[in-house]
Amino acid sequence: MVISDETRSKIDEAISKYPVKRGALLPAVHLVQADHGHVSKECAVELAEIFEILPIQVMEVVTFYNMFFDSPQAKHHVYVCTNLPCSLRGSRSLLSQLESHLGVTAPGETADGRIFLGHEECLGACGYAPMMRVDDEYHEDLDVEKAKRILDSLGK
Amino acid sequence: MLESPYVTQYLTEHFAEADYPTLKGYERFGGYAAARKALTEMTPDEVIEVVKTAGLQGRGGAGFPAGMKWSFMPKEDDRPKYLVCNADESEPGSFKDRILLERGAHQMLEGILIAAWATGACATFIYIRGEYAFPAAQVERAVAEAYAKGYLGDNVMGTGFRHDVRVTRGAGAYICGEETGLLESLEGKKGQPRKKPPFPAQYGAFGMPTTVNNVETFSHVPHIIAKGANWFRSFGTEKSPGTTIFGVSGHVVRPGLYELPLGTPLSEIVFEHAGGVPGGRKVKGVIPGGMSMPILPAGQLDVPMANEFLREQKTMLGTGGVMVMDETTCMVRAASVISYFFRDESCGQCTQCREGTGWMNKIIERIERGAGEEADIEVLGDVAGKMEAKTICAFADAAAWPIQGLLRHFRDDFVEHVRQRKCPFPGSFEL
Repeated sequence: MVISDETRSKIDEAISKYPVKRGALLPAVHLVQADHGHVSKECAVELAEIFEILPIQVMEVVTFYNMFFDSPQAKHHVYVCTNLPCSLRGSRSLLSQLESHLGVTAPGETADGRIFLGHEECLGACGYAPMMRVDDEYHEDLDVEKAKRILDSLGK
Repeated sequence: MLESPYVTQYLTEHFAEADYPTLKGYERFGGYAAARKALTEMTPDEVIEVVKTAGLQGRGGAGFPAGMKWSFMPKEDDRPKYLVCNADESEPGSFKDRILLERGAHQMLEGILIAAWATGACATFIYIRGEYAFPAAQVERAVAEAYAKGYLGDNVMGTGFRHDVRVTRGAGAYICGEETGLLESLEGKKGQPRKKPPFPAQYGAFGMPTTVNNVETFSHVPHIIAKGANWFRSFGTEKSPGTTIFGVSGHVVRPGLYELPLGTPLSEIVFEHAGGVPGGRKVKGVIPGGMSMPILPAGQLDVPMANEFLREQKTMLGTGGVMVMDETTCMVRAASVISYFFRDESCGQCTQCREGTGWMNKIIERIERGAGEEADIEVLGDVAGKMEAKTICAFADAAAWPIQGLLRHFRDDFVEHVRQRKCPFPGSFEL
């Protein structure tokens, strides 16, 4: 078993909150990904057993949503918003300077697997542009130096 | 950092108070009195009647009358009924629901309780976009507080009314803001919108009668019940009552949130509240209601921000996301960013949308590179026209409208790219 007993009991609890078992699938994928960093084939098969659906139905969900991953990921995910409101306030130039700073081409990750750098579509921070999302946290009203300092502070 | 709105009215009046997001803080300002009034002194039909008389329009983009939507819920039906709170705010240029979740979760929950009473719903699913981790945590905390206080659960406020609230987090898909795409996602599936009919009031979440409302729509409800329909109508226009939270972004001195009455002139929002364009530059165009809504050129900014006036200018209020572009802006670049977004987010089930969003983006990028022909501009307009009103949901329309708006008002920008075989706006924002 790849999915831990602890996570299985959290999934059971989530299932109890929905009128139909499958309603807890997105919460379950969030939980599995928090443990493993991505949803492997093995995890998908076990989730399919738990939810009494086919593994392909789990993978359909994993691959449909941008925040779910079916392959191993870098330690930290950094996304610079490049939608229109952020682009108007210099987010593209911020992204290219962060690319040089990290030595990566977005979307891509550093050689040591520490940081994935990508762009993202609107994150709902349009009044505080440019901004980036680092894992679950928003950093807003950025300038290049501030953004570099945040990236440098991210652990391995 | 998400700041309290620069201008506040009833919705955001107390958002600067540190304890307002807590139950104790919310009750300090009279919170939950409206829900108590509805549940103990009013029948469900009376609640619906007040909301109808108040004229509250949905604040999620379509502007559908909320009271009427509630009245579509079947009365003679033994099936469980549900509410869904659409907190999947993803429309580029919109960031109002975020603050309503972060600072006003109890206000929203109180609105949900009142709507639940009015529609006979036994549970509400709050679907929050996956990236909103902090707002979701604030809502989870507020829900836990409401359960602990007996405001949710088997016996709400001792009235015997039962209501449960569940918080579900999305996972990064714009299409899940479309109400039936959201319902599919809530059921643990890909967020591909459903064909209608049947409408959610007959066949919604988990196949049960469901009403879907936006975060802000719910948040207005306690105020309407507490202070009455006439009070609500003292804000805004006759056809569009109440306030809304405008999110101003782009080339302005003070980007941010402004709670103002519907019908406030766009020029007042841009120049007086948001301080106009920095550096004394001129405005070139303004998108009035989130990226799906057609742009207005500088000469049309006196329009009052309410649908009855915006429709005359071939645009709409949408989500109230006001995006300001100054005179340096290349509108073909703007079209490029917009069309990339819709290409990226199309769910892929309808041909017109899946193919059309890709075609538009390719043509626009070719024109921006200086490799376009005059005929490309015609084809672009043609493709956009063929995407409208032909698909399962309004996403294709939302992708076509902004491009049609740019072609309508800034066709010269496109033509100049073709003639000069390069972008004629070197000072524009970078791509």
